[in-house]
Amino acid sequence: MLGEGTESSVITDVIFWVIAVGTIVAAIAVVQLRDLFRAALFLVVAFLGAAGMFVLLRAEFIAVVQVLIYVGAISVLIIFAIMTTREVEQGSPYNRLQVPALILAGLFLAGVIFVIFSTEWNVLDTAISGGRLADETATKASEVFAGTVPRIAGLLIREYVLAFEVASVVLLAAIIGALSLMRER
Amino acid sequence: MGLESFLAVGAIIFCIGLYGALTKRNAITVLMCIELMFTAVNITAVTLSRYVVPAGLAENPASVSDDVLQTLLTGQVFTIFIITVAAAEVALGLAIVMAVFKNRESVFVTDATEMKH
Repeated sequence: MLGEGTESSVITDVIFWVIAVGTIVAAIAVVQLRDLFRAALFLVVAFLGAAGMFVLLRAEFIAVVQVLIYVGAISVLIIFAIMTTREVEQGSPYNRLQVPALILAGLFLAGVIFVIFSTEWNVLDTAISGGRLADETATKASEVFAGTVPRIAGLLIREYVLAFEVASVVLLAAIIGALSLMRER
Repeated sequence: MGLESFLAVGAIIFCIGLYGALTKRNAITVLMCIELMFTAVNITAVTLSRYVVPAGLAENPASVSDDVLQTLLTGQVFTIFIITVAAAEVALGLAIVMAVFKNRESVFVTDATEMKH
């Protein structure tokens, strides 16, 4: 309904399920593999899967940012840390909390899934096709998702300008903190 | 493909990350699992931003003002800030792990016990 109307086609469905299953398998591999380096590579796969989902969700800018920051920067940082700490041979063993943590995560997942499927969501597509939005509003809402980048830019430097500036201070503090932690004394 | 399936994928990835963060002894793996949880939250935020009618639009379905329409993108802006904070977090977290490794020759969270009562 939004954009070019490809949302409900079979091909996008197949792409979604392939990406979803791939991302979940990669996430399980990150947790399960004993070899840290391979776990980090599967983390890259999981990040790429998330970027693919952002494209399917019409958030192209977020997808690009995800690839640049997570796949490009964070994973390189993690692999660098793995290489310099020389724990590759020992791998990453479990602690004693394995069973309680599994129960906790399982219960949390069950609760969240129950809430997701029992909530009556006010979905945008059905609101438009059901005529619950005025025609002009529906057209404008579709336009929002046709070109998100200029609108996000406008939001960042108008509505959320304070958070935007604070984010730069946070990054500066993180750089200084990381440097002072690693400095030779 | 739809709202529920995207949210379910986000929830599953979050719980995998939660399980890993609670059970792993290697601090770098714990950080990787926390990154997985961040990603799952981002997927959820972008999904809600894409599919759910914002409150301002639901109350006033004939509104055409830009202020109301751009609330459709709130989740995406939130995601940008989450990614920023996650980048700062992982840089600091890895710096702490390396500092601990320099002092103790170990990256296992179970070995860093100086502050234990």
